[in-house]
Amino acid sequence: MMHSYGFRKFKNHLFFIICAICVIIAIIPLASILFEVTKNGAPQLSLTFLTGTNANGGIGPAIQGTLILIGLTSAIGIPIGILSGIYLSEFGNNKYAQNLRTINNIITQFPSIIIGITVYGILVLALGSFSALAGAIALAFILIPIVTRTTEESLKLVPNNIREASLALGAHNWRTTLNVVLPTAKNGLLTGTLLAVARIAGETAPLIMTIMGNRYFFQGLNQPLAALPLEIWKDALQPYPDVQARGWGAALILILIVLIVNIVVRIATRSKMKT
Amino acid sequence: MTTTTTTITQEEQNNKHVTNDQTQQEIDQTAKMQAINVNVWFGQKHVLKSVNLTVKPNTVTAIIGPSGCGKSTFLRCFNRMHELAPNAKMTGKILLDCEDIYERKIDPVQIRRRVGMVFQKPNPFPTMSIYDNVAAGLKLTGTKNGKHLDDIVKRSLEQATLWDEVHEDLKKPGTSISGGQQQRLCIARAIALQPEVILMDEPCSALDPIATAKIEKLIIELKRNYAVVIVTHNMQQASRISDYTAFMYMGELIEFGETRQLFENPKVKLTENYITGAFG
Repeated sequence: MMHSYGFRKFKNHLFFIICAICVIIAIIPLASILFEVTKNGAPQLSLTFLTGTNANGGIGPAIQGTLILIGLTSAIGIPIGILSGIYLSEFGNNKYAQNLRTINNIITQFPSIIIGITVYGILVLALGSFSALAGAIALAFILIPIVTRTTEESLKLVPNNIREASLALGAHNWRTTLNVVLPTAKNGLLTGTLLAVARIAGETAPLIMTIMGNRYFFQGLNQPLAALPLEIWKDALQPYPDVQARGWGAALILILIVLIVNIVVRIATRSKMKT
Repeated sequence: MTTTTTTITQEEQNNKHVTNDQTQQEIDQTAKMQAINVNVWFGQKHVLKSVNLTVKPNTVTAIIGPSGCGKSTFLRCFNRMHELAPNAKMTGKILLDCEDIYERKIDPVQIRRRVGMVFQKPNPFPTMSIYDNVAAGLKLTGTKNGKHLDDIVKRSLEQATLWDEVHEDLKKPGTSISGGQQQRLCIARAIALQPEVILMDEPCSALDPIATAKIEKLIIELKRNYAVVIVTHNMQQASRISDYTAFMYMGELIEFGETRQLFENPKVKLTENYITGAFG
């Protein structure tokens, strides 16, 4: 008996150790990227770097461009994504919704360059120029399926008896969804949406095909726009150490933006109810 | 069945126990709710077979029977909640004040405001405070009258005998209190809407004996203002709190009558077997 108990205890420890090792393996590349980016990027940071144009040794236009893209894409994509997710989760018990779900899952796996080319074909060519709007729409194409899917998954985690409780009070379906189901699923929704925003903030390929980059600050929705991923990409291809250093700085800023957006949204939507 | 059925004695009728003939069921003007010839299918499965039941105002009606006999499904027919299940199909009538709640022009949402429900597992809204849980019905149905909301919440919690225990913690989440308190919170939430009938689906099965005793006392209190229909596994509970009892078995209503009579002198052998514990 004792022997078998000892063996079982050993297996328990072994399992724990394997899990811990896997976590470490997963963290190594992540940590080393963060370390490298901070080491090379941090010395670049200064007020001019944040606000000046490339000519002044700064990446101001790219920061502004990325913020505009994040805002515009979120404004277009998040409502559509969340409403689609609600449809699939709450009213999606039919053939139409099942097909929609499959298509949505396929689009989630699309290489982003394909989406860039598509938007180039239907919008950039039609409007006659690369533009901020085309960039935001391309990014929204990437954002929507992710948000749709995470919304559906988080709503499905809401226990059915919560819905029943609301319906039994004589609430309509939309009231139940809006006032009961969505708040209950809030954390999942937020995490999913923020991950999607973080993903589009760092997308490079579709931007090459849509906003093209700009050496100046924002000039209008129908004009080319700068963005951090493009800045990093262009700077990294240059042979000059000072330009490459600028790229490191831009990479650090991009990571910080994603981090700050995360923190701000979390604080802003924190539950006000005391436990 | 032929028209001669009207002449058979009560005894014989009870032994046949299923009255398939629709014409035989008359509308009872004194009933608060009445089920007439209710059949329900889930897909191909016939789960309720020609069930008739009368719920009188200001009474407690208990529905007892073994698991899977269709009693919860039957209860859910009274506020059209069974419609939420996919591929549920129903025939027959459920009358509320002599009006069929399944008529085409009637919105189930309206019915559920008049016929409240309390579920087996306490299910307060986890994102809402105790106060908001009680006010939820009024807010969700867009009938809040701001100033009176405090009064309604207080009165509902008092009626649910919960006020004394939570009146200092109204801002805390509805899920922060104990299971028995949560269930009384759910009852307060249901009565805040001032329904006419309250349906309870095994409201005590997840609770300890002390919490159960409190809820039972509360149910008897509720009788003064509402008609209560309660599904229960617990026969002692049914005999303690109900005025009328219905015994269901395999989707059929076997016997229905005054609680005392049904428990002390059941007319059908099957009922006797069940309440004496021979099966179930």
